[in-house]
Amino acid sequence: MIEIKDVFFTYPNGVEALRGVSLSIPDGEFIAIMGQNGAGKTTLVKHFNGLLKPTRGEILVDGVNTQKVSVATLARNVGFVFQNPDHQLFCETVEDEVAFALRNFDFEEKVIKRRVAWALNLLDLEEYRKTSPFMLSGGERKRVALASVLAWDPQVVILDEPTIGQDHKQKERLRQFIVQLTAQQKTVIIVTHDVEFVAECAPHVILMANGKIVAEGSARQMLTNLDLVTQASIAPPQITQIFLGLTDLGLPTDLIDIHAAKEALLDFLEANP
Amino acid sequence: MPIIEAKGLTYTYPAGTKRAIENVSLKIERGEFVILTGPSGCGKTTLCRCLNGLVPHFYSGKLEGDILVAGLNVSKRSVQELARHVGLVFQNPENQLFALFVEKDVAFGLENMGVPRHEIRERVDWALQMTGIEDLRERAPHELSGGQQQRVAIASVLAMQPDVMVLDEPTSFLDPLGAQKIFEVISEVNRKLGITVVLVEHRLDLASRYSNHVVIMHEGRVVLDGEPREVFQSKKARLIGVGIPQATRLHHLLEESGLRLGRVPVTSEEASQIIKEVLRRD
Repeated sequence: MIEIKDVFFTYPNGVEALRGVSLSIPDGEFIAIMGQNGAGKTTLVKHFNGLLKPTRGEILVDGVNTQKVSVATLARNVGFVFQNPDHQLFCETVEDEVAFALRNFDFEEKVIKRRVAWALNLLDLEEYRKTSPFMLSGGERKRVALASVLAWDPQVVILDEPTIGQDHKQKERLRQFIVQLTAQQKTVIIVTHDVEFVAECAPHVILMANGKIVAEGSARQMLTNLDLVTQASIAPPQITQIFLGLTDLGLPTDLIDIHAAKEALLDFLEANP
Repeated sequence: MPIIEAKGLTYTYPAGTKRAIENVSLKIERGEFVILTGPSGCGKTTLCRCLNGLVPHFYSGKLEGDILVAGLNVSKRSVQELARHVGLVFQNPENQLFALFVEKDVAFGLENMGVPRHEIRERVDWALQMTGIEDLRERAPHELSGGQQQRVAIASVLAMQPDVMVLDEPTSFLDPLGAQKIFEVISEVNRKLGITVVLVEHRLDLASRYSNHVVIMHEGRVVLDGEPREVFQSKKARLIGVGIPQATRLHHLLEESGLRLGRVPVTSEEASQIIKEVLRRD
């Protein structure tokens, strides 16, 4: 459980990035934080593993105040995958990269071996085991960063823009293992601009603007509310946009899912032969 | 004559075990807006590096086959010479910008080319105006937002007045409205100046409306190459798993359920229009 209590944060250069954020995230929850560039999304999630400490207010992770413990202690429970994998990768091979944190946490060598194999398999990286991360494409490096965090099995997984550079197939894999993680009562928090991904995964959505939470609710409620969507500088999913162009026919305007969209159109045809 | 022509292009990175691109043949005409897409690791970025000579000159390794860009044989010309014709915009503007003032960043390539001072001034002004960032000229690039930085990167390339602008996922760090604004800037450069655009992109929902030519790569090869509508509705595109626009996918799902829609939409406006016509006619 993560509890955020009236948190303010000001960067040393004077930029006030968070201005009174309160939120509580129960275990096993899947949350997407969305909003404009500069809205404070990344600043907020960097508080969850103690990388940043509130200027005012407090954050409790499983009852522990992040002010009072080190990042290293928090990291055991809260894994963070950065937006830019190059901020995270540095080992000579993919395998070493994925094993790095496990060695730091003093896991036994045979456990490390098993965990590394598991994570490489999960992220479709086995063929690159001995390759340097810097020889890989942007999308592949992103998956290495993810594998290296998932390998130590943290309770909370924070993914900053996990779909950048990922193709359709990889996004579907990502969606599936987020489902798996939440089924094990792990908390998954993504920061994303990818409305199509959010429409497909249907997490609980938090919309931020100017350092504050402006709204929260289901993906469907949030993404089909034009005022909110505009405020957060995102665009509704293409399916919603198609149906917004069909309002004069009396079709629903709150659809985000392509299959629901198909059913709605076929129902309409049946009712209006 | 096509502005870009590749014949049987094959390349392996020096430390690589498999071919990054294999037997790629491709023709791009002057003034086209090309979207280059395909699964992660399919060779898109490598192909882009062949367009401005980074492959093979910087990355070394052996490039087989032929590639001509603006009439120049890439294997035989220097990166400096090719840079006058092909500008590259990276995914992350942080990797591209370095000067203390926006103006200096935009002028850098021209200074390197030995362009006379008054001409540099004119071309910088023009590039800043085209990308809508005149008011940022005296700001420091690292203080700007991601979207503003990407415009600076585009302005720097534009100032060189290249024949071809290659952009490797230029909007992936931007929010959707920011991304759309960048696509509009790129589209304007394409339409008004006739600069050929090669855009590497996964977000086809957002980008497709601007393009008239789509190339899909898979495992180092070009597997689909043609007009966006034809490419997106092909079974092959669905099987490879590129992010076909939802408008096109919805069309496909409806046709599968027996609803004949005729034309294939790429944008949401087209989809709304086509669906409306069908529902009203019935």
